[in-house]
Amino acid sequence: MTNLAQPSDAGTAAASTALAATDAATAPRAARPRGRYGWAPPAWLQALPMALVFALFFVLPLALVAVVSLLDYNDYEIVPAFTLRSYSETFEGCYDQLPGLCTILKTYWTTVELCFAVWAITLVVGFTISYFLAFHVRTLTMQTVLALVCTIPFWTSNVIRMISWIPLLGRNGLVNQALMGSGVVDAPVEWLLYSRFSVVLAFVHLFTFFMVIPIFNSMVRIDKRLIEAAYDAGASGWQTLWNVVIPLCKPGIVIGSIFVVTIVMGDFVTVGVMGGEQIASAGKIIETRLNALQFPPAAANAVILLAATLLIITALTKVVDIRKEL
Amino acid sequence: MTQDTRPTVKLSRRTLLQGSAAVAGVAAGSGAVTGFPAVWSAEPKVLRYLGTAVNQSADIAKKVKEDTGITLEYVAVTTDDVTKRVITQPNSYDIVDTEYFALKKLVPAGNLKAMNGRKIKEYGNITPVITKCELGDGTKIGDQGTAPKKVMFVDGEHSTKFSSGMTEWATLIPTVYNADTLGIRPDLIKTKVDSWAQLLNPEFKGKAAILNIPSIGIMDAAMVVEATGQYKYPDKGNMTKPEIDMTMKVLTEAKKNGQFRAFWKDFNESVNLMASGETVIQSMWSPAVTAVKSKGIPCVFQPLKEGYRSWASGFAVSKGVSGMKEDVAYEFVNWFLSGWAGAYLNRQGYYSAVLPTAKAAMEPYEWAYWMEGKPAEKDIHAPDGTLLDHAGNVRDGGSFDARMGKVACWNAIMDENDYMVRKWNEFIAA
Repeated sequence: MTNLAQPSDAGTAAASTALAATDAATAPRAARPRGRYGWAPPAWLQALPMALVFALFFVLPLALVAVVSLLDYNDYEIVPAFTLRSYSETFEGCYDQLPGLCTILKTYWTTVELCFAVWAITLVVGFTISYFLAFHVRTLTMQTVLALVCTIPFWTSNVIRMISWIPLLGRNGLVNQALMGSGVVDAPVEWLLYSRFSVVLAFVHLFTFFMVIPIFNSMVRIDKRLIEAAYDAGASGWQTLWNVVIPLCKPGIVIGSIFVVTIVMGDFVTVGVMGGEQIASAGKIIETRLNALQFPPAAANAVILLAATLLIITALTKVVDIRKEL
Repeated sequence: MTQDTRPTVKLSRRTLLQGSAAVAGVAAGSGAVTGFPAVWSAEPKVLRYLGTAVNQSADIAKKVKEDTGITLEYVAVTTDDVTKRVITQPNSYDIVDTEYFALKKLVPAGNLKAMNGRKIKEYGNITPVITKCELGDGTKIGDQGTAPKKVMFVDGEHSTKFSSGMTEWATLIPTVYNADTLGIRPDLIKTKVDSWAQLLNPEFKGKAAILNIPSIGIMDAAMVVEATGQYKYPDKGNMTKPEIDMTMKVLTEAKKNGQFRAFWKDFNESVNLMASGETVIQSMWSPAVTAVKSKGIPCVFQPLKEGYRSWASGFAVSKGVSGMKEDVAYEFVNWFLSGWAGAYLNRQGYYSAVLPTAKAAMEPYEWAYWMEGKPAEKDIHAPDGTLLDHAGNVRDGGSFDARMGKVACWNAIMDENDYMVRKWNEFIAA
């Protein structure tokens, strides 16, 4: 488990680059303020520390990964010779097997399916929670308290929160005992654990919060007078929601979606533990390759994963221009 | 997950000397100076011990400290990560406890020093099971796969090629080995399990498990393929591409039919799967069976007629270790072979590398039960005191010779490893 967070970290980092870029671009190009002595340091100095951190811990390692993905290898070492072998072998059979799917496409299809399910559920659940927090809880204190309550699960580690599901969902777990005890089913329900269901459940449990916070943040900033105006104009509750609240929450929804999508795309620990290591994921391919000491194909798969994730994020940002909305 | 590995040793020598010299001028005759001649001997004997958690027992660390003053700093990682660490971070450990099958990667990489047999007191007494792949009486045992004898010897300290016969330079000094088979829950299984074929028996649909280590998982599958009479491999531990394809097809079909509940990678996972009843039949390690039993849950390490899939592990020293540190490493290895640790391992159902010393450290009734396969004269206890078996019972699989004599193959890295790993990913995606 030492490599736990690498792929998902890369994904999150990519997301934050996108955000950082939009931040920088929105900064107004105001005239440079004069200091007391008629000189002020240039504004880009403010961005320098972050830029350095990024260059050192994100851009450079990523470049190395890209370079390694183009090198040859044998059983125990990377051979410094240029080859596209890692890529060609990763996509092996993708053309020959059509219309059947090759390994990598099948894997990505599974990953995207999982990603979509998790995204849809966290969106609905996250939006509902935010809506409650923003519009039904009246006092700011109460809003803060309840938002903090949402963070309580984060006081324990990711892995523990995930593993705690196992005794609950297992063949002889609490849920099955309750179902059988109450006579709902005769035999234990098998698909509760080590299935797509349990993977999605764990993801939703782990990551809904990443949806709640940005959406809540967008929602509290909606001018209440707009809602009153909608009401006065005769809009029904659903119409107000659909035509006023949701459009104004778009930036929050997109940011939350970027978080969830990048994490789920890169995850292999949750998929592994909750899926009984039987469900393919892009991260798992990388893990298997790394464990077999095949670094170049692992790197190639990381590059492919990054490209896929960036594509999804680009598509998401096309839906909403975050830069404009923030 | 790694433990603290502060460079306490490095700091103490030179900085202490410099420090004491500076202090000496001001406070001549003080404690800083009197400590001076004893600096070498006062250095703590510390070894950073890289390995999997299952071999890193707190009891052994405690006993070795008592006997020799050596402090073991355990660095516990998974089987795959041991290999990865040895190759990518040779300075992050002093001594490594790894399996023989990994040597096909480790030795050519050149990050290990061969162990000098002349500095190992019991070198000549290491069991022929490891050095020659035969029993004490000369009976040959199965050597398919990466049998230890194939990778145990090299020609010199820094040699990166294996030597075919015995030499005085060993890649690993063996510590522990065993013959693995399937673990079953006799209380939940009605059918008689006596063959590897049962692993894929549809009766256990959704209740079987294998290891999530591709090179080992595929060998379990190969045992099933041979047991069902579908194919006879020239070498299960070194398959050709068509053989890999065929074996993976068998596994894939089983997976698609929902045969497997989960794949496990970690010792504790295998215990939990079995103890909770998620699985009733699975590829398992002997101490995991013991761990399930010690929870009061019936579990049997079932001998099968096709034989066992065996493995062995041992110690090697990092290439960065020399001087006094190296002496400490040899002292530790010699201690390990001197009996106490061997007896400790034998009492867990494992086997130790030097049998005579382990025998001397065990009670005769224990030796008779574990090694000779005789009915227990008294209750049999694990090293931690847990009751393992009642008086009158015999251990699974019988005597040492009966068990090790039925080894069918050894854990291996195939020549077509790269291809096999790609096929494994395909299998997971299917």
